[in-house]
Amino acid sequence: MAILNRLKERLSRTRTELIGSLARVVRGHGCLDAELLEQMEEILIRGDVGVETTAKLLEGLKEKSRAAGQLKPGQILAILRQQIEEILGDERSKESSLPLSSTPHVILVAGVNGTGKTTSIAKLAKIYLDRGRTVLLASCDTFRAAANEQLEIWARRLGVGMVKNQPGADPAAVAFDALRAAQARGIDVLIIDTAGRLHTKSTLMEELKKIKRVIGKQIQNGPHETLLVLDATVGQNAISQARLFHEALGLSGILLAKLDGTAKGGIVIAIKDRLNIPVSYIGIGENLDDLERFDVGKFVGALFSDS
Amino acid sequence: MFEELTRRLNSALRDLRGRGKLSEKIVDEALRDVRRAMLEADVNYQVAKDFIRRVREKAIGQEVLKSVRPAQVVVKIVHDELVQLLGGEASTLDLSSSGSTVIMLVGLQGSGKTTVAGKLALHLRSRGKKTLLVAADVYRPAAGDQLSLLGEQIQVPVYVASGKKPVEICAKAKERARREGIDAVLLDTAGRWHIDKEMMQELVDIRRKVAPDEILLVADAMTGQEAVNLAKEFDALLDLSGVVLTKMDGDARGGAALSLRAVTGKPIKYVGMGEKLDALEPFYPDRMASRILGMGDVVTLVEKAKATMDLSEQRKLEEKLRQKTFSLDDFLSQLHQLKKMGPLDGLLDLVPGFEASGIVVDEKALVRVEAMINSMTAQERENPKIIEGNRKRRIAAGSGRTVQEVNQLLRQFAMIQKMVSGMGERGWEKNLLSMRSKRRKGRVYR
Repeated sequence: MAILNRLKERLSRTRTELIGSLARVVRGHGCLDAELLEQMEEILIRGDVGVETTAKLLEGLKEKSRAAGQLKPGQILAILRQQIEEILGDERSKESSLPLSSTPHVILVAGVNGTGKTTSIAKLAKIYLDRGRTVLLASCDTFRAAANEQLEIWARRLGVGMVKNQPGADPAAVAFDALRAAQARGIDVLIIDTAGRLHTKSTLMEELKKIKRVIGKQIQNGPHETLLVLDATVGQNAISQARLFHEALGLSGILLAKLDGTAKGGIVIAIKDRLNIPVSYIGIGENLDDLERFDVGKFVGALFSDS
Repeated sequence: MFEELTRRLNSALRDLRGRGKLSEKIVDEALRDVRRAMLEADVNYQVAKDFIRRVREKAIGQEVLKSVRPAQVVVKIVHDELVQLLGGEASTLDLSSSGSTVIMLVGLQGSGKTTVAGKLALHLRSRGKKTLLVAADVYRPAAGDQLSLLGEQIQVPVYVASGKKPVEICAKAKERARREGIDAVLLDTAGRWHIDKEMMQELVDIRRKVAPDEILLVADAMTGQEAVNLAKEFDALLDLSGVVLTKMDGDARGGAALSLRAVTGKPIKYVGMGEKLDALEPFYPDRMASRILGMGDVVTLVEKAKATMDLSEQRKLEEKLRQKTFSLDDFLSQLHQLKKMGPLDGLLDLVPGFEASGIVVDEKALVRVEAMINSMTAQERENPKIIEGNRKRRIAAGSGRTVQEVNQLLRQFAMIQKMVSGMGERGWEKNLLSMRSKRRKGRVYR
């Protein structure tokens, strides 16, 4: 259960500040009245759950209490937990098997500037390497200064190959070259790093679509995964980011980075409630091993473990 | 960027504007919507609560409700409180200290410290300050390389000392600055969690050792409710002198701006408005408040124009417009003036209502247009009608474009000519808008 303990420890800030605070006010108050609802609203919004999802959770509580009469604190918390689990859906991690749909299995990684794409890619590569897969990285950030160098250092540390081009080169061309190289070398997994871009810059989003198109022409059903890296410290703008990237690329999942440093893990709930895009991975630390497949049961369990 | 908050606040306040008389109940309803809009924009819960309380206290006062135009008074109260919340007076860097001014940049990972370092260095250099960039991030792979490349681009020296501790690097850099008579030293520290005690201690040590004149917190404008925690932690340990908000050119609803200022009491000094190194702007609380309330930031736009546009050129141009002799040469000179004003996207955001229009501007298209016009003879620029097949082929070959693109330019120019001939009086803002190009087509894959 070492992994569960680690998750619990890394989510400790969200656990104490979000779920812990909720448990405290619910236990301290005793009955579900307007005052308690307002206190719960404050805690949920402070936890980045968002106005809309918060209203939904509290509305659900009120309804249950109308139907079942006065709820005991334990019941209030249980209903809350159940509602959160319902919103998060039934994502279960398949710890041991990360199925590869083709060779190479191509993963396109995108996101806003500074969310942690490159670091997350290194961690993702590590997950595949640990399962005995061969990995190739593609550095398609041809814009930011020293982006190549940054990924190159990770590639060296991981002992995997990397395909790059000159700064200013067409990123789609780099992706194409990398895919060709992966095919020629019989690599299992190709992970493509792209330049950070604000989701509102339509020309830059066009550039991403082109990368995706080029991959799709070269390999059937490619890219097989398209991941958006979101920074967990971002607030409700995460919704906007996910929506626009999804419109442009058709995301297969979200990689939520930097979840360990924030007390605002509520964003996971908001994302899942507002957009039906699965959270695939969560980043919970600065070490190479600190990326996990997202598992609703484990996540909710870690959050509610003390309450 | 603030448009969503703007939209929500506007709709909350519009209901008020339509009424002659206000009751407490109506004000409360409007303020409930304002509060919700603020929370959705990631304004900190407590900050929003206090804000609403203050506005309510003032708005419910007898004089307001009895005044001739009560709704306008309430809107004004909201505006004034926003200005207060955003920090009242504008504040920029203090470079008055004799010797080298040391500016330390701190923040979370990915907030944009290195890019801000480059932007500030360019800003200082262009004001004639001898500047030194210091790579004090020894943890993130290739952080030093990134800063070195930025320094190269803007011709500012970069101090990199691999294998040394950040405290030592900063101290050595300060020494070098003093020796070489450098005016401003920018310390680019590594990103870190505000809860990471060890890493935060490193910043405390640097501060103790080099005594920076300014410590700026670089924060992502999209930060959620955590903004308050991180600002408090950094401020408690380092006594910040100000904040730089980055990625403001996205659709961040600006809640972080309001919260950061409110909890630290420290001014927002600059905002990052784009990926290019000249996309850094001073922060004006009053203008930002107007912008949040949807009044557009025409003052900034006019100031930018004044700073970069040659007024005599403008007068000549307006004369030409009146006489309907607007030529491709004039068009080119306008393009140049526009480019001097900075990234086009950022510029157009300042025009009220432009963002909502969904029009897409492509700067590369402007470069191509410039190349084609540059390949024309003076006679052709004066009178584009004479450009037939042979001339088109020559222009296309000369500019590396296709004949179709030359045709397209001529067609567009004819349209512009037609448009401007009808608007000579209306001045340059409209010209600017007429040059927006259409959504670009997919680029050719090479």
